[in-house]
Amino acid sequence: MDFTRLFEPRTMAVIGVSLANDRHPANVIYYKNHLRYPVTVYPVNPQGGDIQGERVYPHLREIPERVDLAVVAVRAEQVPGVIEECVAAGVGGAAVISGGFAESGRKDLQDRVVDIAREADFPFVGPNCLGLYSPDYVDTFFIPSERVVRPNPGGVAMVSQSGGVLVDQMVKFALEGVGMSLAVSIGNKALVRETDLLRYLMADSRTRVIALYVEGFAKNEGREFVQIASRSPKPVIVLKAGKSPGGAKAVSSHTASLGGDYRVFSEILAQFGVAEARNESELVSFCESLSCYPRSIEGRIGIVTGSGGHGAMAVDLCFGQGLQVPSLSESVQRQIREKLSPSIRSIASVENPVDLTGSAVDDDFVLAASLLSKAPEVDCIVMLLLPYLPGCTMDLGARLSQVYRKEGKPIVAYVPHVERYRMLIEGFELNHVPVAPSIDGAVLMAEAMKRCRPC
Amino acid sequence: MPAMLSGEMIEVLRASRLAGWVLEPEAKRLLSLRGLRVPRFQTATEEEDAVRRAREIGYPVVAKAVSPTIIHKSEYGAVVVGIAGDEEIRSVFHRLRKLPGFDRLLVEEMVSGLELIVGAKIDYQFGPVILLGMGGTGVEIYKDATLRMAPLKEADAASMIRGLKAHALLQGYRGAEPVNLPDLTRLLLAFSELAMDLQDEVESIDLNPVKCSADQCIVADARIMLA
Repeated sequence: MDFTRLFEPRTMAVIGVSLANDRHPANVIYYKNHLRYPVTVYPVNPQGGDIQGERVYPHLREIPERVDLAVVAVRAEQVPGVIEECVAAGVGGAAVISGGFAESGRKDLQDRVVDIAREADFPFVGPNCLGLYSPDYVDTFFIPSERVVRPNPGGVAMVSQSGGVLVDQMVKFALEGVGMSLAVSIGNKALVRETDLLRYLMADSRTRVIALYVEGFAKNEGREFVQIASRSPKPVIVLKAGKSPGGAKAVSSHTASLGGDYRVFSEILAQFGVAEARNESELVSFCESLSCYPRSIEGRIGIVTGSGGHGAMAVDLCFGQGLQVPSLSESVQRQIREKLSPSIRSIASVENPVDLTGSAVDDDFVLAASLLSKAPEVDCIVMLLLPYLPGCTMDLGARLSQVYRKEGKPIVAYVPHVERYRMLIEGFELNHVPVAPSIDGAVLMAEAMKRCRPC
Repeated sequence: MPAMLSGEMIEVLRASRLAGWVLEPEAKRLLSLRGLRVPRFQTATEEEDAVRRAREIGYPVVAKAVSPTIIHKSEYGAVVVGIAGDEEIRSVFHRLRKLPGFDRLLVEEMVSGLELIVGAKIDYQFGPVILLGMGGTGVEIYKDATLRMAPLKEADAASMIRGLKAHALLQGYRGAEPVNLPDLTRLLLAFSELAMDLQDEVESIDLNPVKCSADQCIVADARIMLA
């Protein structure tokens, strides 16, 4: 199945716009794309006529050019016929927004649509979904433009069984500055499923990290999914819903009792190096971290801080995640201390965490990061930066990023996210070094790299 | 039936259809056909036969009731260990024969070792899945187990062993001899192959306990629930 025209359309038809109700989802989708996206959009309704002065086409075949993407928002009973017309008109693929299929007892109707599409090798997402958001191309989510919070173009692709979760996650990505390459809501996933999109995204040049919200797989589909994911050159992150055990049915087998559905799911993801995000905040942190550092670490963390308390909290959080905070060798400790500013040389602690104290200056942070980058006992550095320390300047983010670029050891930073410190944060972001708004977030970013390591 | 199963294995599965599960002697036979080690055992339906079998195996022996209606034997007191002589095996035979559905008495050699559970279940989403955990009757109390998708690679077996909370016990805690980890790995790999071959026939398999000592890992009890 070829998804190129579906996900990177130049032309689009919105089938099912209303002539009477301008707030109909199809109209919202039409206006949004017509007014704000490069894609050329054609509204379709059998009655013809016009909306806001634009011609409504009574039929797909009257559209003067070949259509790449059809957004289908007609009543469920009409969908099989519309898909047949799409196939006949040489459309590249469809997003079927309409509900009223398997989710409401009409599996038969859904199967008919799938049969037509499969026969013609015609890709469609849905039904009962929001479709897709493809930055710089198209946005089929029926959310009015003025209310949409849209992340910038970037490296994260997200596939979601739930449209609501996807939209909400996009808000969170936007807040944290995580850019997206593609967002696909697959709804009932009647034809196009997680495994198909995983294969596509593994080869997609815009995508650096693949994230999925999954409620469940079909029979043996989980097996296929992890087998594909284990060959992915890019990190794969899964957020699973439905973790609580179902009804307490009596089981005659200890294996079945100890190996509940979620536990099996979780341990098998780990076996194949798929990073399981346990909740939404992990998902955001993991996406941000892995889009900067698409590889795994063992999880031996070196911590550099300007405050003892922050260092102590970070150590606790690392232990909570199963990350190690190894002690530094005598020689690393000596090298750090010898080169620190004279004013802090006797008061700084050079074990792990390296506590530079509130009197440290930029040079001290850069020095500690450089020496830890060369120390084999740690494989990732967590920098806890307090921009209000008098000796720190707004250049520190960019300078620490240069340490990463030179030494190649992942650095993740905590900087309080307030407008006043924006420049410090940008110094990291411009250099693709991830910055978290909390200590927890920074530790999760380190954990992300450990969790995509097969075990 | 898959071609990987021998004629005898297929026969065992077919004969167990009615009960819905494979009773211990047949389950052990099936496992030993695939190279998993089980204790020497015999079955007896008569008292004198039980005595003769016990002598052949050599005291002390273990005796268990074989009954299609008893799935968890310990709940019925259907397992007696350390039987030292003729008198004792006779009285055990008399007691166990009264248990519901009693079919035969299984008499086997005593084996010792750390008690583990090795299991398989056919998961809806992932197919055959292998479990390794701390076993014995306390299995549901410890809940110390790791799971991997079959077929296992050697690295998977190693990481399952490492993943147990009781990992240190297997490695020889406080002067105790470590269990034979290469043998445990061999058992896990052979069992994972078997689970792959049986995936259309079974729902779950519990090998509990598997007794692991410095010498060997041996399947002391086995139950195969059919699909």
